[in-house]
Amino acid sequence: MHRIDKKSALKLYKQSDILELGEHADSIRRHLHPDGVVTFVVDRNINYTNVCINRCRFCAFYRDAGSSEAYLLTNDELYTKIDETIALGGTQILLQGGLHPDLDMHYYTNLLRSIKERYSIIIHGFSPPEIFYLSKKHDLTLRETLSTLKSAGLDSIPGGGAEILSDRVRKVLSPKKINSSAWLQVMEEAHALDMRTTATMMFGSIEKPEDIIEHLTVIRDLQDRTGGFTAFIPWSFQPGNTELSKDLGMKSGKSRTGSGLFPTTAVDYLRALALSRIYLDNIPNVQASWVTQGLKLAQVALRFGANDFGSTMIEENVVRAAGVSYQVSREDIVHAIKSAGFKPAQRNTYYKIIRYF
Amino acid sequence: MLKSIKEKVLSGERLSREDGIELFNSGDIFSIGRLASFAAEERTGTKAFFIINRHINPTNICINRCKFCAFSRSKGDEGAFELTIEEILEKLATRNSAVGGILTSSTAKGRQKGDMTTHYNEVHVVGGLHPDWPFEHYLSMLAAIKKEYPSVAIKAFTAVEIDYMSKISGLSLEDVLRSLKRSGLDLMPGGGAEIFAAEVRNKLCPEKISGERWIEVMETAHNVGIKSNATMLYGHIERIEDRVDHLLKLRDLQDRTGGFQAFIPLSYHPKNTEIGGHYSSGLDDLKTIAISRLILDNFAHIKAYWIMLGEKVSQVALLFGADDIDGTIIEEKITHAAGAMTGQGLTKDQLMHLIRRAGKTPVQRDAYYNKVIS
Repeated sequence: MHRIDKKSALKLYKQSDILELGEHADSIRRHLHPDGVVTFVVDRNINYTNVCINRCRFCAFYRDAGSSEAYLLTNDELYTKIDETIALGGTQILLQGGLHPDLDMHYYTNLLRSIKERYSIIIHGFSPPEIFYLSKKHDLTLRETLSTLKSAGLDSIPGGGAEILSDRVRKVLSPKKINSSAWLQVMEEAHALDMRTTATMMFGSIEKPEDIIEHLTVIRDLQDRTGGFTAFIPWSFQPGNTELSKDLGMKSGKSRTGSGLFPTTAVDYLRALALSRIYLDNIPNVQASWVTQGLKLAQVALRFGANDFGSTMIEENVVRAAGVSYQVSREDIVHAIKSAGFKPAQRNTYYKIIRYF
Repeated sequence: MLKSIKEKVLSGERLSREDGIELFNSGDIFSIGRLASFAAEERTGTKAFFIINRHINPTNICINRCKFCAFSRSKGDEGAFELTIEEILEKLATRNSAVGGILTSSTAKGRQKGDMTTHYNEVHVVGGLHPDWPFEHYLSMLAAIKKEYPSVAIKAFTAVEIDYMSKISGLSLEDVLRSLKRSGLDLMPGGGAEIFAAEVRNKLCPEKISGERWIEVMETAHNVGIKSNATMLYGHIERIEDRVDHLLKLRDLQDRTGGFQAFIPLSYHPKNTEIGGHYSSGLDDLKTIAISRLILDNFAHIKAYWIMLGEKVSQVALLFGADDIDGTIIEEKITHAAGAMTGQGLTKDQLMHLIRRAGKTPVQRDAYYNKVIS
């Protein structure tokens, strides 16, 4: 298939009719996934701590170490959560947290080993900022850090923390978070160690269309080199309770006062999603984000380029902290996929199908 | 696929029942969306309408107890409520910073409230079939609202309530409607239509008036000069054919009277209802909007009611043939009782933003689709 360059991508994004763009993305999705299967993973999002030194302005989840709301899960709490996940047919835990100043490599390797000793479950964990932080703390290379974590039981890395891979935008959004090239470096090293990862994009804050294209471009370039990304997951900035939205005078969905910026709309989401599917010709899967968009728009997203419904999200703390909460069961997801005209299937972390519904 | 339908739409030819069924069975949402957009733009250009309105439900006590309804209660049930006329006026006077406070009250009491009063263009009043309220109560309710807010259009009482008023008063439909109109009724909402097909209707709401009676009430209303909307509740146990037949019945009546302003497809909400089931899919919502636009060639407006579809799908529906997303609403009880995942109200700024981001031109309208200069 003919690869789309930056210039035409920008033109598509800014000027094309949304139905044309959707139809184009839909035809690519159908070409890549001709059997009409839409997958999802049964997993639990376990946030081991909310203590974070990064204090990103778009985040409503983090707390300072001294805060009365700061927490660090005990092993027993963690095991209970994993037991419940397995009981619900879960195959993976998404283990992520803040950059906690007191946790060292010893903590992480113990954590991973203790889980792997007890459970047969895939650990999809630690986004690039966490990996990078750990490597700096111990003065290890990224390769050494990742390799140590991998030996202790880390299977795969989630694509969070990418936000928008443009340093101009990151300086405003998350000045303390790792820069664009560090994020890409972590992923490249992980891929080199044969670990698969996802990639995300958080749009709808202060970026320009050019930044979105830049983001997609660096992801596509890395994928050309490594082939290690399993999926791309675009989602929109959720402004509730965040410092950024206060600074921008941004309105959360339910606010009735003031004037200023608004949350990303459905049409903007579909546009970014469709463009991602069209542009990222080397990434097999694109996820619809029902957590941020709701089930109905996620169903529509399945015709705008998405072929995966993400996770059942047995527990989700981060988006909920920003005021967005959709209560959804596995049955709801299966039904949502069916009624959108697709065949639902549970997959594992590596997009291998486990069970059809 | 859809070739002959496309030709018909482009040449302005009316679609048949078979065309409607073919459209509902088609998975080609992009062609359907484009055709519906074409049909919408022929009528309203790039405009998308919204209104500064408020919903009032005088009571949830209802003798009908339809199986798809989570709002109704029987008298004495926990959660049953009935508002006095005074309480209704209080609700209308509640400050609403979204729309700015323009004094419209004509009474001394209202004037005292000053900036507490809000300039709504329309108040939407629907409620249950209360076992004890006499017909006169409804007339007093309208008169009181009209007296306090003479410039606000009152859109009140579904065909089901009108039929009930005829029963309790012993008056003909025509007399009921004329009396209501004299007391201040300006327009009627389109609720209670559900699905006309008798077999489905008997399962959903056996106590509710028939589809024929609903049509009869609307025809009478249109004939005495009361414009109305029309609705269809879909996504429960009906078949595609039932949807198409429902639309065709509405189209026939509109040919006779021209009294319908907007058609509003209502997606079924399953929570807390007797029949349960699932939410309709977002794709079905968009298709239903689009196909309604294509079949109802004599309706000026198709509304994507954001309370039911969610503001996200409603916004996308503006690209699938809808030209109206309703309004500020402020307080919604009926759909929320059945698990609506939307908020209670949207501000004017939020509505305009949604419309603009869909590439449309926001137009604030009054109850009759005239542009409001504000």
